[in-house]
Amino acid sequence: MSLWEYANPVKFLALSARVQPFAWAAAAIGIAVGLGWGFFATPDDFRQGSTVKIIYIHVPSAWIAINAWIMMLVASLIWLVRRHHVSALAARAAAPVGLVMTVIGLLTGAIWGQPMWGTWWAWDPRLTSFLILFLFYLGYIALWEAVEDPDTAADLTSVLCLVGSVFALLSRYAVLFWSQGLHQGATLSLDKEENISDVFWVPLVISISGFTLLFIALVLYRTGTEIALRRARALSARRDASA
Amino acid sequence: MIALLIRDLRLALRAGGGFGLGLAFFLILTVLVPFSVGPQSALLSSIAPGILWLGSLLACLLSLDRLLALDFEDGTLDVLATAPLPLEAALAVKALAHWITTGLPLVLAAPFLGILLNLPPQGFVWLVASLLLGTPALSIIGTFGAALTEGIKRGGLLMSLLVLPLYVPTLIFGAEAARRGAVGMAIETPLLLLAGISLGSIALLPFAAAAALRMTIR
Repeated sequence: MSLWEYANPVKFLALSARVQPFAWAAAAIGIAVGLGWGFFATPDDFRQGSTVKIIYIHVPSAWIAINAWIMMLVASLIWLVRRHHVSALAARAAAPVGLVMTVIGLLTGAIWGQPMWGTWWAWDPRLTSFLILFLFYLGYIALWEAVEDPDTAADLTSVLCLVGSVFALLSRYAVLFWSQGLHQGATLSLDKEENISDVFWVPLVISISGFTLLFIALVLYRTGTEIALRRARALSARRDASA
Repeated sequence: MIALLIRDLRLALRAGGGFGLGLAFFLILTVLVPFSVGPQSALLSSIAPGILWLGSLLACLLSLDRLLALDFEDGTLDVLATAPLPLEAALAVKALAHWITTGLPLVLAAPFLGILLNLPPQGFVWLVASLLLGTPALSIIGTFGAALTEGIKRGGLLMSLLVLPLYVPTLIFGAEAARRGAVGMAIETPLLLLAGISLGSIALLPFAAAAALRMTIR
């Protein structure tokens, strides 16, 4: 019994079908509790008023946007090393989810920034790195769409994901060098004293867990769809060959 | 390797189009900037380093689709892939040839275009230095992009979408070094980081480019 058994699409789909109901339910509960608690049961901030509550969407979506790319990086590596198709398809399935989360992060940030910073957009390091991340997602998805042969597409996008990760990281530090920040420091960190009061912290963590579970459920579902699509293509190719 | 380099250089010189087009594009872009932002010399001199960097970057980008396309069509790439010379080395040579025919002329032309944009006198040296250090990175990153999109029909626009985000760190450090040089600030840090990006890209990206190309032409 090893993890690699689930490289078999049948076994993967069986496991995915068993996990998915729980993932969807837990995601729904987590997001409902996190957002409900955050929106209605936490006090307004001393200076920011009720706009602070957008943090319950902004931080989880940014979290997913970055971690979706890391998940794609790991899946791409697995595809390049072990040639498991499920892995390549999972990377493909995760990309649009990450893209949407990046957009949500940018939009909620802009909506919050307008009353707080007095501007929709500033060329702040964090904002700029997110915009660059958005461009990387676009390029990655466009490359998947452009290549016809599915295996070549998986190969090329995996290489792009690897090289892109290095350059995304470089860009992150380059923009830190290039511009002074307007964005506040990290809200959550493991090694420092907390920067946020417990009243806000608990619903925020619940909301982040909810978004993470939602991401897992969506990726499992979309990977299943990709596998079904691949199967349908193979079947129709076989029918055309025999006819 | 030297034979391949000489062949590529000859082709670029004699086949026409490739060699002068990048320069002409750079010139036109620089001439268009004052039309779009106005002829105030103070404004022009403050944006000159950035405009010149952006212009050379775009000129590099535009010449990339010729880098591998012709060799891909007539089968030269297949010969190169099976030749005793590793594909990594062949692609590094191709990037070098691209730099000599595109990057180097841009570096040499940049000071003259700097005059048009009213670049401050102390900025010329650092503009040339930053371009000299940065354009090799543009060539090698572009080679990777070309290898990635080779064999895709109408891949030109897609290549721009893939390559431009990869150009971000180079552009930031290069333009920052040129800008600091123009206003007389200390420029060591961005210049060293720029050199680091160039050297790192030259060391690592030929392998990524060769891997991507093998996936397409196997």
